[in-house]
Amino acid sequence: METNLCVAGFGGQGVMTLGKFLADATCNSTDKNVTFFPSYGAEQRGGTANCFVVISDEPIGAPLGDVMDDLIVMNGASLNKFLKTLRSGGTLFINSSIVKGEIDRKDITVVSAPVTELALEMGNAKVLNVIMLGVYVGYTEVIAPEIVWNTIEHKLAKKAKLLPLNRQAFEKGLEIGRSQKI
Amino acid sequence: MARVFMKGCEAIAEAAVRAGCRFFAGYPITPQNEIPEYFARRMPEVGGKFVQGESEVASISMVYGAAAAGTRSMTSSSSPGISLKSEGISYCASARIPMVYCNVSRGGPGVGSIQPAQMDYFQATKASGNGGFRMLVFAPSTVQEAVDMTYQAFDYADRDRNPVLILADGVIGTMMEPVVLPEMKSEEEVAAIKESKRKWACVGHPLDYKNRAWIEPGQWSTIVQQQKNEEAAALYESWEKDVRVEEYLTEDAQVVIAAYGISARIAKSAVDMLRKEGKKVGLIRPITVSPFPYKAFDRLNYANIKAVLDVEMSIPAQFVEDVKVGVKERSPIQTCLCSGGNIMSREKVIEAVNSILEGK
Repeated sequence: METNLCVAGFGGQGVMTLGKFLADATCNSTDKNVTFFPSYGAEQRGGTANCFVVISDEPIGAPLGDVMDDLIVMNGASLNKFLKTLRSGGTLFINSSIVKGEIDRKDITVVSAPVTELALEMGNAKVLNVIMLGVYVGYTEVIAPEIVWNTIEHKLAKKAKLLPLNRQAFEKGLEIGRSQKI
Repeated sequence: MARVFMKGCEAIAEAAVRAGCRFFAGYPITPQNEIPEYFARRMPEVGGKFVQGESEVASISMVYGAAAAGTRSMTSSSSPGISLKSEGISYCASARIPMVYCNVSRGGPGVGSIQPAQMDYFQATKASGNGGFRMLVFAPSTVQEAVDMTYQAFDYADRDRNPVLILADGVIGTMMEPVVLPEMKSEEEVAAIKESKRKWACVGHPLDYKNRAWIEPGQWSTIVQQQKNEEAAALYESWEKDVRVEEYLTEDAQVVIAAYGISARIAKSAVDMLRKEGKKVGLIRPITVSPFPYKAFDRLNYANIKAVLDVEMSIPAQFVEDVKVGVKERSPIQTCLCSGGNIMSREKVIEAVNSILEGK
């Protein structure tokens, strides 16, 4: 069993962090193989950023596959760029606050969450990626939510005051993800 | 041992520290900046020294000096930076200085693109500087291999008193993967390694002018120069025992892929996918690209083979020249290439294999 995930968005939306949290959690708490491969320009904010996470029971050959099982898009440009890489029967996770309009494919499942708005409601636009991570983990159950949360907690250890907010964001995401499961 | 999730560049630097590397000098260049960055943070913790030199030439020259004084030393760069360092690398080879360097290579000549590529094969294996010297060159295809190779590279460098190259690419350098790190050498072990070099290194020989260490990169008489070159040639001959290669499902193969580094890893997963369809495909992966495992190609069963497929992220193909020497015209050779920063895809490899099997 191998899962190929692409996470794409604007630089600054926490796309890399989302992928890293997931991959790091998989490394720390499972026997699975996992790779994280980033792709970005010179920009710290703006521009496009995307990363590829592969989680597999077998040794991983290509750290970035040509065909994605899952695709998370945080903005419209990423949808246009990556939708064609999603396999038939794959799952598309969209930030519905920004990505509007019909999805031009009938052979995939779409899970949508208005993560930008939800993050703003929580008082910090930056947690949109943690909400989306929750959505992804809640929907796919690719690894246990507690494992992912432990990793987030560990990574934010030096910013302890941000933990409650991130917990809230992650929980919200899980809830949305689970509720959209068929 | 517990797995840790690390970026390739950082894992390489940590492996070097654990091997006893206590001097690093470098100059920034993408996609290997995390190597010097990591050393800058880590060296003070272990009593080592990190220097960001004013240039590549300065950095490699500092490594020459530190290694000549018996300290395990390293530098790293990316393609055009390695070109600038080639003067110093050649000097290290001439003066028989043990040092390790890493090239996280770029996508073409000149400045080259910063994305992953394998465009420095000839430079790495045939002529990393003037004068016809050679080095052991290791080509990792996973972050774990990059760690293990870097750790061992210092032993090889010390054994041979010769530079050792870790030839990586932008995928190995920037990807994150679980690794098991090697054991940290103790202060005592690091000191003992340095002390063991007393017979040749500039470790300090007070009031003993006759037995002082003398290290120089050339300017010898014709007699001495030839003698030095002969000694070096004998060393290079002795590397036959150090050849490393992975031969994967080659016995009954109708198509044998030849690939190294990141391309080999991607090609191997293509082999697995093709095997599931019952297609007889194998892989030869040189782990040392210098010395090259030519003999692995003698072990192939050419009666079954329709073609050998060279897979590399280089246009024009470079690695294929060594594959040709190995194959010795016993089979046709085809290529499957990409370059410029485009990463090899499994689908492209599968397509190339299928077109050979279908006799196209």
